[in-house]
Amino acid sequence: MSDPTLLEVTDLVRHFPFREVQGLRMVKANVRAVDGISFTVRQGQTLGLVGESGCGKSTTARLVTRLDTPTSGSILFQGRDITTVKESQLRGIRRDIQMIFQDPYSSLNPRHTVGAILGTPLRVHGLHRGKEKQRVQQLLELVGLNPEHINRYPSEFSGGQRQRIGIARALAVEPKLIIADEPVSALDVSIQAQVMNLLATLRDELDLAFIFVAHDLGVVRHFCDQVAVMYLGKIVEYGDKRKIYEAPEHPYTQALLSAAPDINVARGIPPKERIRLVGDVPSPINPPSGCRFRTRCWKAQEVCATTEPPLVAAENDVALRGAREGGLHRHACHFPEVKTHLVAEVEPA
Amino acid sequence: MLTYLLRRIALALTVVLATLVASFLLFFAGPSDPAQAMCPEQRCSTDRLNQIRESLGMNRPLIAQFSEYFTGLFVGRDFQVSGDTVQCSAPCLGLSFLTNRPVSEEIFSRFPATVLLTVGVVVVFLLVGVSTGVLAATVRGTAADRMLVGGSQIFGSIPPYILLLLFALYTTRLYPIFPQAGSLSDGVIQFLPGLIAPWIILGLITATGYTRYTRNSMIETLSMDYVRTARSKGISERKVVGKHALRAALSPVLTILGLDVAALLSGTLITERIFEIDGIGRRALAALGQDDLPVIMGTVLVTAVIVVSMNLIVDIAYSFVDPRVRLS
Amino acid sequence: MSTAFGSPGAQTTAEATHPGDVVLDVVDLTVTFPTEEGQVRAVSNLTYQARLGRTLAIVGESGSGKSVSSMAVLGLHNPKRTTITGSIRLDGQELVGAPRSTFERIRSQKVAMVFQDPQSSLHPFYKVGKQIAEAYRAHHNVSRAVAEKRAVEMLDLVGIPNPQRRAHQYPHEFSGGMRQRAMIALGLVNDPKLLIADEPTTALDVTVQAQILDLINELQKEFGSAVILITHDLAVVAETADDILVMYAGRGVEKGYAKEVLAQPSMPYTYGLLQSLPSHSEDVHELKAIPGSPPSLLKLPSGCSFHPRCSFKDQVPGDACWTQLPEWRPTPGLANRQVRCHLPDPVATLRQDEGIR
Repeated sequence: MSDPTLLEVTDLVRHFPFREVQGLRMVKANVRAVDGISFTVRQGQTLGLVGESGCGKSTTARLVTRLDTPTSGSILFQGRDITTVKESQLRGIRRDIQMIFQDPYSSLNPRHTVGAILGTPLRVHGLHRGKEKQRVQQLLELVGLNPEHINRYPSEFSGGQRQRIGIARALAVEPKLIIADEPVSALDVSIQAQVMNLLATLRDELDLAFIFVAHDLGVVRHFCDQVAVMYLGKIVEYGDKRKIYEAPEHPYTQALLSAAPDINVARGIPPKERIRLVGDVPSPINPPSGCRFRTRCWKAQEVCATTEPPLVAAENDVALRGAREGGLHRHACHFPEVKTHLVAEVEPA
Repeated sequence: MLTYLLRRIALALTVVLATLVASFLLFFAGPSDPAQAMCPEQRCSTDRLNQIRESLGMNRPLIAQFSEYFTGLFVGRDFQVSGDTVQCSAPCLGLSFLTNRPVSEEIFSRFPATVLLTVGVVVVFLLVGVSTGVLAATVRGTAADRMLVGGSQIFGSIPPYILLLLFALYTTRLYPIFPQAGSLSDGVIQFLPGLIAPWIILGLITATGYTRYTRNSMIETLSMDYVRTARSKGISERKVVGKHALRAALSPVLTILGLDVAALLSGTLITERIFEIDGIGRRALAALGQDDLPVIMGTVLVTAVIVVSMNLIVDIAYSFVDPRVRLS
Repeated sequence: MSTAFGSPGAQTTAEATHPGDVVLDVVDLTVTFPTEEGQVRAVSNLTYQARLGRTLAIVGESGSGKSVSSMAVLGLHNPKRTTITGSIRLDGQELVGAPRSTFERIRSQKVAMVFQDPQSSLHPFYKVGKQIAEAYRAHHNVSRAVAEKRAVEMLDLVGIPNPQRRAHQYPHEFSGGMRQRAMIALGLVNDPKLLIADEPTTALDVTVQAQILDLINELQKEFGSAVILITHDLAVVAETADDILVMYAGRGVEKGYAKEVLAQPSMPYTYGLLQSLPSHSEDVHELKAIPGSPPSLLKLPSGCSFHPRCSFKDQVPGDACWTQLPEWRPTPGLANRQVRCHLPDPVATLRQDEGIR
């Protein structure tokens, strides 16, 4: 628990401005892709970002890797502010923070051999000078590929193998934090497990921290320690994985979990009651006032339209655990469903 | 929609105005001396040249000249030519140095011939180009496809003026299959037969491009999911190709069509010259040879207006073809 | 009670009218197409049946042939580049080798398809109502107005609010979930006996996926049609399908009642898939992955296609897994279960393995 904080994100905002003609005037508007989110990642820890399309999880990933620049807010990496660091000074950050992409087909240059793909980051950062080839072969072995395949092109590998190359490329510069954006969703089911296991092994061996962006709730549960559930550019619930999955407090988290089909139905376990959400996700250009989920929420009352619920810890949680940061479970809801049985375990008799 | 149109028209007018200013400066403030051009065989004395320049108003400040030209566009102006008054009604583009007739008359009187030529050419290249393109796409990879694509490529890579010259020579002179062009003043019915030859050859030359655009665009749309959906409805293959695939395939062709029509309407210099059609292209060519600045500048302005309007028309047409393009 | 997989060729001459009647009878279907690298055998000797009132899930990974076989039912492959042998009988009518006109008659009328990506499956230039009406008019001699009225009814049926207004909108004005509802309305407009849904929820968000699956189930009850659900998602199968056909490398490898197969698989591939799934209701330390990757369809392994990845092949006496293609055989103790595997008692072997792990 006392691992040092690696990444600290505070009030991160990314608006994509665009201009629209209304009548004879040009009106400026914003797509509020990420609208004020905060989270921390400790060394060796994995944070999962889940949510449906348009919730801002992929934008968040791009902001943390500084492939994109935030509109406001701050990103501290190992205590250093990297929010507005210029392109020329990004090299150091690029070494420490690496990204694994969703599509193993388009994220590798088809005209470069595996040796070139993995050797380039080494040369750029001046690592393993003169021994690049050995390092590349070592990397291939690390991700479970044949080191003799160093001169092959991406097209000669299967989808799962390509994703392994993508992982090796991220590992080449010995990063501390890896942002994985849907790393297994383009892979076949039988291959997904292989890649998930590989990532888990590497995480343990290399003491890596992860931000893991995915829409598959099972994959996130399997891989992450902490989970942040996002909806329309906001984090609505954030905390320990087990608590999120077993006793979700925010109505949206409950709906999301209940909507996922469950294979245990085949084993005679009765299907859980499904919370049916009405309507669609509103536009991020003009999100609802107050709580953004209120338009689809069955608990919504007047206050939800007027006041935006802050992301806070449940009261009894605070009382019991004190102000132990990081361990707290937080939700952004006026009417959360706080179940006490998990907390009760901690409660003295 | 309306506000969009107003904005676009304002933008279009700005472009035309900029063209006007630029071409005015280029021609009238440039080194060319129309007075010399107006003197047959350069035998005028200096006095005579100055006299001509004065009568053209060319010895006065540039600003004054421009403002006269500009107001003339809207209210017309009168010119004094060797004692006579020539009325140049709005939109006045000045007088031709050589004929002393208003430029607007010179151009607009020839415009119908160019329009008639354009319409026929467009009909030919759309019919030929789109149908061969669709055909090639549906038989993709076969010998027929290769023949159509190869043929269009070979035909399209020969310089057009050679084809135009040869076609004119063989079909209207050596073996007069098609009649030669007459004058539009004899009446449209008499004039049209003379256009058959240029319609065919210029249509075919332009069609080569359309065969390839349409084929490529069709191949792309035929592989689209919505074409598969259309097929799964049980409608006939002809409807699948002709309605669902073709409509989507033609929208990128529309942009090129707009540019081609604009180019044809602005006068096809070579075609009109070779087939002796008295259109604005041929008139512009003559003016170029004679340093007849007002006519050249008038042609440039008219071209600018045509290009700008065609762009506007294409954009509006797009919004009808593709509902995702909202005009707002 | 009807069984999901009877003997091939049964009941196929008569038209299917009652629940449980066979609508689609696929026997020994093989689909090959030439590529630059050689002949691809996308589907090999596939046999299955779809019955009125039941949902058959066809499960497999990419390249397993699960989509190719249903494209063949609608004749949506390129006829010049595809070789199809075997038999596909739809409502008693043979479709292999049938002319285009036959397919044009049965498409939408007897069999309809809902595709994966509703974004790209509707024509962007035509109004949604018109697109549905067009399918109706293709098989009914009615006026445009009547067909468009029918389209509005269908949109209403699939739960689209304001169907009258929505029918006059273009697909881009619909959300992803609404578009998939419209696709289902399009599929059901002619009341077909068979609806094939090819990964109908893969492109959709979780909360919308649940709505669409519920809708397909409800409509099936109402229309009594047969549904083939093509998917890679076993959890979706568990919640929606009656029967299951598991495919691997172009072949069927296990079939039976869906819930039973998922609860008690009897083919190592099915077992491996189930074992490799992460759960969202419990924590496991390591996922039990199937080693290796699916074979190339250009060069299928000898014997059982799964043997290079199978961890049970040592328990088969001799070298059957390497040399012999396993035939379909019933699984002892499991009703209506067929499996292609050389293991003498696959259920016992797999159950024992689960116990050890």
